Amino acid sequence: MIDFFRRLFGHSGSSSTAKERLRLVLMTDHLELSPEIVDSMKRDLVDVISRYVEVDREKIDVSFERQDKALAMLANIPIIAVNRASNGHVAEPPVVAPVAAVAPEIVTPAEEEAAAIEPAAGVAPPAEVPAAETAVVAAPSGDAVAPGDLKRRRRRRKRKGSISASSTETVSAN
Amino acid sequence: MNGRRIVVTSGKGGVGKTTTTANVGAALAKRGRSVILIDADIGLRNLDLVMGLEKRIVFDLVEVVEGRCQLRQALIKDKRFESLSILPAAQTREKDAITQEQFASVVAKAAEQAEYVFIDCPAGIEGGFRNALAGAAEAIVVTTPEVSAIRDADRVVGKLQDRHMPARLIVNRLRPEMVRTGDMLSVDDVCEILALELLGIIPDDEEIIDTTNRGQPVVLEDNNRLGAAYDNIARRLEGEIVPFMRFDQPGLLSRLFGGKKAG
Amino acid sequence: MHVLSEAQEHPQVEGAPVLGRAIVVTSGKGGVGKTTTTANLGTALAQRGARVALIDADVGLRNLDIVLGLESRVQFHVLDVIEEKATLDEALVPDKRSPTMFLLAAAQSREKEDVDTQKMRELVRALRERFDYVLIDCPAGIERGFKNAVAGAEEAIVVCTPEVSAVRDVDRVVGLLGNRFRPQLIVNRIRPHLVKKGKMLSVEDVNAILRLPLLGTIADEPEIIVSSNRGEPLALRTDIPAAAAYRAIAARVAGEDVPAPTAQGKESFLSRVGAWFGGRRA
Repeated sequence: MIDFFRRLFGHSGSSSTAKERLRLVLMTDHLELSPEIVDSMKRDLVDVISRYVEVDREKIDVSFERQDKALAMLANIPIIAVNRASNGHVAEPPVVAPVAAVAPEIVTPAEEEAAAIEPAAGVAPPAEVPAAETAVVAAPSGDAVAPGDLKRRRRRRKRKGSISASSTETVSAN
Repeated sequence: MNGRRIVVTSGKGGVGKTTTTANVGAALAKRGRSVILIDADIGLRNLDLVMGLEKRIVFDLVEVVEGRCQLRQALIKDKRFESLSILPAAQTREKDAITQEQFASVVAKAAEQAEYVFIDCPAGIEGGFRNALAGAAEAIVVTTPEVSAIRDADRVVGKLQDRHMPARLIVNRLRPEMVRTGDMLSVDDVCEILALELLGIIPDDEEIIDTTNRGQPVVLEDNNRLGAAYDNIARRLEGEIVPFMRFDQPGLLSRLFGGKKAG
Repeated sequence: MHVLSEAQEHPQVEGAPVLGRAIVVTSGKGGVGKTTTTANLGTALAQRGARVALIDADVGLRNLDIVLGLESRVQFHVLDVIEEKATLDEALVPDKRSPTMFLLAAAQSREKEDVDTQKMRELVRALRERFDYVLIDCPAGIERGFKNAVAGAEEAIVVCTPEVSAVRDVDRVVGLLGNRFRPQLIVNRIRPHLVKKGKMLSVEDVNAILRLPLLGTIADEPEIIVSSNRGEPLALRTDIPAAAAYRAIAARVAGEDVPAPTAQGKESFLSRVGAWFGGRRA
């Protein structure tokens, strides 16, 4: 019966399903294709955490879990001891970046390097990076920025998706 | 002359690379540009068929590479245009019959003789794809608004970026009525997912089947919105600013304006 | 049309394990519906109770997983099994809807040249010991990916659309398949109204050139796109002609005598609506 109404009114909405599925599958594809980015992520994650606690670097396990509607990064980091120096008090104040900030379209080299870090939700990025310019992701909510997207943002993107008659564009002679 | 060397690629097969190569090339030739089309799909050649030139093949790409003939002997001049030729692929050979360097050198030679050289890339990302890319300086990525095609195109875009090759996107076989009912991804969706600059939108149109059967590039037909779409792509490649066509009212546009008006 | 199964053709020696049938779905030309056919034929066979394994042989450009809606459930792939990084059990993904169907996904980040042909044969053989049908989704082209996909198969289905380029490519592939196979033909994406107007090759036109036993024909319809958007094989549906076509094909593959349906002049609802707006129906 639902099929009948779907066909009658045509609002099956399968294109939004398709878009979501594509987004997730491309994230996964990109991660599978960039083990070096995953390695960098792991290293940077561990470096940050090590400022607060001493960890067992040999036993760290980072994996990606694909759920039906989201991609999550799971990190298991065994803690050996809490740093005496910090004792709950850190030398540099942590910069808490906004969750799910929108990454800039144009990424300068410095930002690019910072943006290559994708900590799991709740982990503050390194203090050297100005908060507003860091792409922080909340993994389970599905707003994750895939590494491949970051690579693409090196170039200035001209999106010409609009098919309105009045839209104009600057097309390079190339 | 230092012609532009453009590879037309997609990853997914059957999305319209050969048809696009043929028609964009023909549209440019119609505008007076000198164009050479090269079929890089050794073993599964189709550019000749789509152009209706299959009966005039004497030599092919592999024979040029092997030095058994000159490039100009292998080029088939299309009599319907002032300045359009094609270099067919070999049919009974395999893609490893030539190396990337050899292919690149043939393309370079062609670029000495024409303002535009288009390379019709085979499907996939194997050796044939790598050869095709070796000859090019820029890429056109063709996709349809379907999940598998976009996923494959994404993979290809990654490979193009690895080589720092500039690329632009053509969305083929758009069905506006299905986009309206939410049953097909929109051009905006596709551009967003692939993050490529849009070069053209080509609507799904049954005419393409018939014109391909007859070996007649659709840009040669009158009052055809497909032809208009390809003409627009040619113009954009030339640097013109051309608004994208609205396809919200299939049929209405062609009835009102005869199908040639852009936007 | 009666299709003999391999088991009927080559009866097993007493005591030897009964092997499932290994069928490669190929075409040469890309985009004619190999993956869709593999997914739907597998689904239709599984719905009849058969145990079915699907292998995606398109290393680097995998799509069988996404067509089945299983893309988020793939943990290991063919190369992981071949390289012994995972067992077959760990790699086989159960289908969401057909309990007796399993998917062995392709690797996305590898190259087709990474797959050893002999290992591929052994893998297919191992699957044949556990499944009634092993369907191998072949990549486009005739390069290494094609060769690997064909390596383990005993039977072949070629998929062709009624277009000159496709017919030409399929013809080439049939030649390459050689004497080992007697391929059967599926003609996909027929548009009966165009055939009537003489603007599209008919099934007879196609087969006059290819001359293969005809396994089935499938009409083009927008629901095919919708079902791939959703990741739901349309062979599960009861309301569209393409689904019935796949079920008929499955029945024939299983050895039943299923008469060919009458010319499919029935258009789907969406396309009729499109036609009302005048002009070029997609």
